[in-house]
Amino acid sequence: MRPARLPGAVARRTLELAATFLGLLAVTFVIGRLVPIDPALALVGDRASASAHAQALHELGLDQPLWRQFLGYLGQVLQGDFGVSRLTSNPVAEDIARVFPATVELATLATLIGVLGGVPLGVIAALRQGTWVDHAVRVASLVGYSVPVFWFGLMGLLVFYARLDWVAGPGRLDLAYEGLVEPRSGLLLLDALLAGEWAVLVDAWRHIVLPASILGYFSMAYLARMTRAFMLEQLHQEYVLTARVKGLAEWRVVLRHALANAAVPLVTVIALSFGHLLEGSVLTEIVFAWPGLGSYLTQALMSADMNAVLGGTVVIGAIFVGLNLLADVLYRWLDPRVR
Amino acid sequence: MRAWLLAEEPASPWQARLGRLYLGWRRLCSNPLALLGLALVLLLMLLAAIGPWLAPHDPAAQVLELRLRPPLTPGYWLGTDELGRDILSRLLCGARITLGIVLLTVAIVVPLGLAIGTVAGYAGGWVDTVLMRLTDIFLAFPRLILALALVAALGPGIDNAVLAIALTAWPAYARLARAETLLLRRADYIAAVRLAGASHARIVVRHVLPLCLPSVIVRATLEMAGVIVTAAGLGFLGLGAQPPSPEWGLMIASGRKVLLDSWWVATMPGLAIFLVSLGFNLLGDGLRDVLDPRQP
Repeated sequence: MRPARLPGAVARRTLELAATFLGLLAVTFVIGRLVPIDPALALVGDRASASAHAQALHELGLDQPLWRQFLGYLGQVLQGDFGVSRLTSNPVAEDIARVFPATVELATLATLIGVLGGVPLGVIAALRQGTWVDHAVRVASLVGYSVPVFWFGLMGLLVFYARLDWVAGPGRLDLAYEGLVEPRSGLLLLDALLAGEWAVLVDAWRHIVLPASILGYFSMAYLARMTRAFMLEQLHQEYVLTARVKGLAEWRVVLRHALANAAVPLVTVIALSFGHLLEGSVLTEIVFAWPGLGSYLTQALMSADMNAVLGGTVVIGAIFVGLNLLADVLYRWLDPRVR
Repeated sequence: MRAWLLAEEPASPWQARLGRLYLGWRRLCSNPLALLGLALVLLLMLLAAIGPWLAPHDPAAQVLELRLRPPLTPGYWLGTDELGRDILSRLLCGARITLGIVLLTVAIVVPLGLAIGTVAGYAGGWVDTVLMRLTDIFLAFPRLILALALVAALGPGIDNAVLAIALTAWPAYARLARAETLLLRRADYIAAVRLAGASHARIVVRHVLPLCLPSVIVRATLEMAGVIVTAAGLGFLGLGAQPPSPEWGLMIASGRKVLLDSWWVATMPGLAIFLVSLGFNLLGDGLRDVLDPRQP
């Protein structure tokens, strides 16, 4: 009704999310202090004198009060400085920028699979509510909620790679194709396409299709259930009855009227499910030796490389917060009532 | 007995309560999937209680000459793992660990979430704002990642894994309890109790909390599936239970090394996790229809 409300509401929501992000940083900061490793002791060794130890503490800024340390940490993170990784000796921010595209590629393809499979399934389940189709979709979703993603990945490798040989094994590319394509976007499929390297494209596709389908199944399970609920809500509204009474074709009623309205909450759910895929990709990446953020994070975990662990956590948390904001903005933008 | 349970005018609050329970049970029974879920959950409980006595072998006993025997080997019906340990015995003994993780998490999370949610909803004002901001922060965190970071800081182990999962699971309950409390706060019967002189603490504990319970029970049942899968994930990464524990996630991790030659080592524990988790999901789904008909 009053268009002026949109920017105001978004600004308020942004402020709220900024507060959430601040809290997120506070949590990672506290986790960083929980580690029972004394960084100063690690630096000077346990045979150093007490004064050398104190000196190291001072240089690291660890002798300052906690709130000053937190402010320092805050300043660093806001400048994109997460410290240096002990494992790779690179700045953590650089490491993350290097591995992140692989995760984005995987999660994007998985979301596509999830949307293309889950939305139609949800619509059909809603139209055939209470029939065996509905029950089948319900069970398929609940299976998706119940299977451990890493085990599903292993079983997928066992069947489709080892037994049937339909797809390539772990990793992003066969060794023979490594380094053939200049990384422009970091998204291998896109890079190979731009460079016109068809053999690389096919190989990259054969590598990504299984992990993306596995992750996509989880997204599909979730989206099918949500779509069904949203569609049922719309199909029981009076405007749908009116459209039917008017004599519109059933597909028109379902697609142009009900689904168009169900799409508003659905878009926000899809944005949030993308965030969950980033999380699910941690375990999937381990199983498929996928060189993304998840693999990086777990390697850092194994070697107690806290800078890398906290850097990765902050980045994923920030993306979560960003997706929340995006979902909110999309919702307000798409729904004229909120606008 | 049936007539007594379904009496139109129950003579005592007890009779009314039991009658309602009976009606709920009948509705649950009309949903075969929910009953299947209930059966799977009861089976887990039974195996957790008596599994170690049913196990044909010592779950930690290594018989190296019997390494990687396939399923259906006499005496080792689900096969043996890479150290010659009987997989069936390990699964049976692992049930106790899985149930323990679930119960411990619920015991921490539900009271914490309920307390925070009802207090925030009932008190309102700045208490509400502060508590809900805190909840939002934890909700904004991807759960597995937060649990990973926590376990990395605290050190691997099953206790720390449970603690990490619990710390990431309470906000959902707090939100739920707050939403229920907000609906109840202005109800006439609360005003009546307050006029009768009840303290705030008494109102929250005796008159608000019990009404939040149905939706919390549904939520907790569905959540247990997630807890089982997350705990197994931490075990799989080597951050939860430590060898030689027969925890199911850990068993999958050890089966991964021999996956391509001996598929059963990783498959069997995965199936166990899947069935138990599916059981909780089916049961929770059915309970939701019974207890919480407003939800889609």
